[in-house]
Amino acid sequence: MIRLVPFMLGAHEALVGPVVACLERTFGERVEVRDPGFDPAAALDERRGQYDSRRFLRLLLDDAHDAPRVLGMTGVDLFIPVLTFVFGEAQLGGRAAVVSTFRLRSEPYGIVSPPERLLERAMKEALHELGHTHGLVHCDLADCVMRSSTYVEDIDAKPARFCVDCARGVAPPGAASA
Amino acid sequence: MKRNPARLLIVDDEFSMRDSLAAWFQEDGHDVVAAESAEQALRTLDDHRFDVALLDIKMPGIDGVELLERVRVIDPAIRVIMITAYATVETAVRCLKHGAFDYITKPVDPDELTRLVARALEDKQHSEGVTPAPPPSPEPERRVERERGVADAIIGESPAILHTLELIRQVAATDATVLIRGESGTGKELIARAVHRESPRRYFSLISVNCGALPESLLESELFGHEKGAFTGALYRRKGKLELADGGTIFLDEVATLTPKSQVDLLRVLETHELNRLGGHETIKVDFRVVCATNEDLEALVADKRFREDLYYRLNVFTIEAPPLRNRVSDIPLLAEHFLRRAAPTVGRNLTGFSPEALERLCAHTWPGNVRELANAVERAAIVAAGPRVELHDLPPLNGGGHPAAQGSLEDVERQHIQRVLDEHDGNITRSARALEVDRATLYNKIKKYELRR
Repeated sequence: MIRLVPFMLGAHEALVGPVVACLERTFGERVEVRDPGFDPAAALDERRGQYDSRRFLRLLLDDAHDAPRVLGMTGVDLFIPVLTFVFGEAQLGGRAAVVSTFRLRSEPYGIVSPPERLLERAMKEALHELGHTHGLVHCDLADCVMRSSTYVEDIDAKPARFCVDCARGVAPPGAASA
Repeated sequence: MKRNPARLLIVDDEFSMRDSLAAWFQEDGHDVVAAESAEQALRTLDDHRFDVALLDIKMPGIDGVELLERVRVIDPAIRVIMITAYATVETAVRCLKHGAFDYITKPVDPDELTRLVARALEDKQHSEGVTPAPPPSPEPERRVERERGVADAIIGESPAILHTLELIRQVAATDATVLIRGESGTGKELIARAVHRESPRRYFSLISVNCGALPESLLESELFGHEKGAFTGALYRRKGKLELADGGTIFLDEVATLTPKSQVDLLRVLETHELNRLGGHETIKVDFRVVCATNEDLEALVADKRFREDLYYRLNVFTIEAPPLRNRVSDIPLLAEHFLRRAAPTVGRNLTGFSPEALERLCAHTWPGNVRELANAVERAAIVAAGPRVELHDLPPLNGGGHPAAQGSLEDVERQHIQRVLDEHDGNITRSARALEVDRATLYNKIKKYELRR
């Protein structure tokens, strides 16, 4: 079971349903949506005007102590201290991940793209970060969602699915290998 | 799957920096050791070797620059990247004088950090005479999947399509520029994908650009990218498609529609394999293969001076003709069955195939919109067919001459004709409206009225 915790999503609230369906389809697990039991403002770095994704991971872990895996989904701008921003973050081989839709929009980049592109990007980022919680590292293959993305165009270039090797890494224990 | 994990040493007294750096590179699959002080780093270096070290400059005790000197004595091969919160020219010069590979100011853009470490690793491998590992040879399972993938994508057994597949195989292994020519709807993009997937560049991206879909000003930013603030609305830095194709293949569709200025810009990149983002000063080296496509008579455009001759010769190295469907009639049953298998589940139908009469009608039509038109016709038939087979009356009106059928109401004829023109022009409204001799607004209204596909 995966717990999805949407918070501060604003106009992107509508993405939650399709992302849940995508996760259930891909991981073959039930996805439960819960409101956050924490104050997201605790992760705000006032100097940077951004939210520390590492603090969100800790808040999510405390909040969802009874869930085997938890994904936070937010609309605020995330960072880790060494970087200007991140699309999302996860505990490698851990329980918690967080993704943000803030930098997934096309407009700030001057890109013209169809409206469904935002949802596709959100799905890919959710799959990618949850892949990290399964212990997967970045994949070299262009046709794998675990390929590293530092630009939205990188996200657009990869599919919303795992390659054969990475799919084995996220398969439930005991699942027959393809 | 990760190919080349490296050994990284991170030294920073600030936990959050050290921790976030380590996490970032662990996600890349690298082996990371983090130290909270220069002293701890030096102890680690007693019995460990690293490919790249990232050192914070300002640390209590032994500072980063002094640590840099000591690290370089212990292991001259290590590439050291210095990290500072406040970059000054003096600090930069000092670091570089002491053998630092480069330095960065935190916080740094994710792409910049990843790229810098990749460059440092590449530099170390070159100096050690190590050729970067070639892409892994695919496992048997993946190889079968890949071969099946191309075969699935390009369906047919006719002499015309077998010749096309042979050309793809011949050219894919090389790095030659490929020009794909053919009418609309013949599957030029599929051929481009097949060339990429069969090439040694298949482990990198295939990036597609439809040169006819964007005005010149946007196309420039699309191809070359831009820096933050390069123009109004450019809030963030953005990579261009040419940069994204680094290591892989760039597919330039409708290349004949490039404006004269874009032709000059593209030619320069093709010649130098270097580019500058809009508003940027950094020259970026890019390594990509070019595959392009057109349905226009490039030679006539060159003669009319509407397409640069030098660019024409640079693109026209190896040509693959995408055969029109009327020249591969024997493939129609196979293609129709394929499209039916694809469409039936999406419309919730369990359809087993076509009646002989329906197949005969499909084979008799001349398909001016080529494979795309056939796919649309089969999809439409899958929606209306009661099953278990697609019957003749399930097909949209078709004839042997490729003209709209004379049967049906005037509205039916109009709907089919507009759909056909849209298909022929890849859904491009401007060109379809021009072909239909109506204005764009009228065409939009008709599309809405008849619920047409674009």
